[in-house]
Amino acid sequence: MLNLLSRPFRGGIHPESYKTLTNGSGIDRFFWPRNVFLSLQLRNGALLTPLVKAGDSVKRGQLIAKGRNDMVAPLHAPVNGIVTGITPHFSSHPSKVKCDTIIIRANGDRRWGETHPQQNYLALSSDEIIARVRDAGIVGLGGAGFPTVAKIQFARKGGADTLVINGGECEPYLTCDDVAMQEYAPEVIAGVKLLMIASGTKKAIIGVEDNKPAALAQLKSAASEDDAIEVRAAPSIYPMGSERHLIKFLTGKEVPMGGHAGAIGVLVHNIATARAVYQAVRFQRPLVSRVITVSGKGIGSPRNVEVPVGTPVNEVLEYCGGVKESTSRLLFGGPMMGQVISSPYIPIDKTVGGILALTDDEVKTREQTECIRCGQCVRACPMGLMPFQMAAYARLSDFSKTEELGVNHCLSCGACSYVCPASLPLVQYFQFAKGSINANRLKAQRSATARALNEERAQRLEREAAAKAAAKAAKAAARKRPARATAQESEND
Amino acid sequence: MIDFEPKAGPFAHTSNSSSRIMYTVVLTLLPAALMGIYQFGLASLQTLLVCCVMAVVTEYICLKLMNRAANACLDGSALLTGLLLAMSLPATVPVWLAGFGSAFAIIVGKQIYGGLGQNLFNPAMLARVMLLICFPVEMTNWAVPTPIDFSGNQVAVPQGWLQFDGVTAATPLSGLNPEPVSLLSQFLGNAAGSLGETSALLILLGGLVLLYRRIIHWAIPLSFIAGLCVPAAIAYLFAPESFSSPLAQLLSGGAMLGAFYIATDLVTSPTSVRGQLIYGGACGALIWLIRSFGNYPEGVAFAVLIVNAASPLIDHYLRPSIFGSKSVMEKS
Repeated sequence: MLNLLSRPFRGGIHPESYKTLTNGSGIDRFFWPRNVFLSLQLRNGALLTPLVKAGDSVKRGQLIAKGRNDMVAPLHAPVNGIVTGITPHFSSHPSKVKCDTIIIRANGDRRWGETHPQQNYLALSSDEIIARVRDAGIVGLGGAGFPTVAKIQFARKGGADTLVINGGECEPYLTCDDVAMQEYAPEVIAGVKLLMIASGTKKAIIGVEDNKPAALAQLKSAASEDDAIEVRAAPSIYPMGSERHLIKFLTGKEVPMGGHAGAIGVLVHNIATARAVYQAVRFQRPLVSRVITVSGKGIGSPRNVEVPVGTPVNEVLEYCGGVKESTSRLLFGGPMMGQVISSPYIPIDKTVGGILALTDDEVKTREQTECIRCGQCVRACPMGLMPFQMAAYARLSDFSKTEELGVNHCLSCGACSYVCPASLPLVQYFQFAKGSINANRLKAQRSATARALNEERAQRLEREAAAKAAAKAAKAAARKRPARATAQESEND
Repeated sequence: MIDFEPKAGPFAHTSNSSSRIMYTVVLTLLPAALMGIYQFGLASLQTLLVCCVMAVVTEYICLKLMNRAANACLDGSALLTGLLLAMSLPATVPVWLAGFGSAFAIIVGKQIYGGLGQNLFNPAMLARVMLLICFPVEMTNWAVPTPIDFSGNQVAVPQGWLQFDGVTAATPLSGLNPEPVSLLSQFLGNAAGSLGETSALLILLGGLVLLYRRIIHWAIPLSFIAGLCVPAAIAYLFAPESFSSPLAQLLSGGAMLGAFYIATDLVTSPTSVRGQLIYGGACGALIWLIRSFGNYPEGVAFAVLIVNAASPLIDHYLRPSIFGSKSVMEKS
């Protein structure tokens, strides 16, 4: 009972954390790749236009590809080197789909191409900050990869008043945000100030899980001068890093079902994004590298590494001591919501927060058994859903019932699968259901549009036919009238 | 060997499993079962063994007949059903009856519905009620506790301990008792009654272990006890001569076993906390009604079965509210 009262939100779990593998060793900045692979297609399918061709030499930070609008962040060269080709290569998508990729062979020179340090950067106007964020190609580094500039502009239009900075990092193993906060606390705070200016928010709350005491202390001292920025410890409970749950804990407000944080006047950015904003505004340095956690019991020497975007997984793994024989899974991100690396030649992109090599003993794959309706999933679900029921209906392909039970509100956080004693792949069922529901909706929409068009066409044809008939009748009448007129005239004669 | 095949997460799991849950429950039941053997002698050991073996064997045959993985009979759920049934039977019940009940529990109580996780009613309680209705004489033949004497240098085994049809006595609930049984002896398990229900203390300890291991949730035991004790207390307050005290209600018969082991049966109870509160409360209240006004001295099995039937309904109507749905309501 007391346990329940002290919880910041209903549900949630305490997965085994393993953060101590990497959270005390700082950031390794010595890694440099031999080649980088920059995919010209984003996860959502948006395409970028390359601005370089094979044989060009590029400087670190140089713009090499851009998208059509703000929703597609531009790409910059992460290293100095020569473009060796633009050919199809794996992107970070698990399906091993290939898409056009700029390949750059790096040389050993790590200097930035051009630098424009900005004095007094806090005096810049919000439009200027937004322009620099846009030019720097910053996307949300928490994992979703939504363009930061779009988020800021939505918040400005929506009149958001609170900026929430997400330092939750509740995924087991991941410590990249933790070490970034420890080492770059002043830069993070400066980034937060810039984000506040850019978005017009009045106050900022930084939420950090209380299992990161060093990061909390650093941030608190860095933010101590500013009254508008509050640093708060959040209880370590998965999924505290979920935007909705962090907002609920920090502000007490619940993001309405099916809505976004903007609906209650909140803008959320990740810690690492705030630092990237600082770098972009102060030095006009684009986002070309990020800190990732390379961990798991299968890694030779786990650590946090700053890697240029586009580095293939195998180079990073090699740098971190290689993987052990016992490794059974390679993952992008944490073990709860991470995604399988389906080939070691896949390059990391801006959204990747970690590479994990997990051994069998950590993955604990077991055969799935029958659901015993124990209700552990129901009590673990942070969204208040009934996972076992949704899974049962999804298994029966009764997607409307699944939707009715709220599958679209599922975060895919995996808390239900984690606790399930029957080892049911619940998240898999939900993703399948969500995909099918979406596909069905699209299909329904398409057929509705087709039907509407068809109807319109039929009406138009009818109208045209009627018009034609009317015209014919009019013509006929016109032909008759003169005749009748002459007849009348002759009668009058 | 690295598995590069894409798969949905999470890629971590608790070390929990269904059979681990089942065996943990069985283990926590053992102290109370051993207490039953100690109190009621060889006959109870025989009943326990027959029920457990019969349950597992029946499960095996059913799974084989249905072309399912037959080794699933060892997942602990059948064993648990057999054990729970045995513990709710009088120690002197004939072997054939115990075996029949156990097979009935598995076949009619569980496999007919489609096996593990599909049954609507608690199989052990279903079998117990069937036996009680069909064989009322054998099922109310309560033995007098005849514990082995460990005091002194020699272990003294009384005659009654070795007999299979012990001296019969009335349970504290039957109302025929010439002298009232003290609450303490009920708490410790010296009273006549079913094989494994007598020691409230050992069952409580086992239940606490289950709570600690998060196998059961506090909602059902708590609301169950409240549902039983609140009406009992009110009635006792007004008419102490015709109603037994809430403490006596709680410590006698299968109330404790029901609160911690039978009503909390994972398969047949609701899953949400709100649903569990309703469910447990309804169980407890029904037990009090049956005990106080019904024809049968003991109501746990009946009450649990009746509320089991409502469990899917409770799960349907008492879903937890989806995160964020309240703020929508406030707005509109």
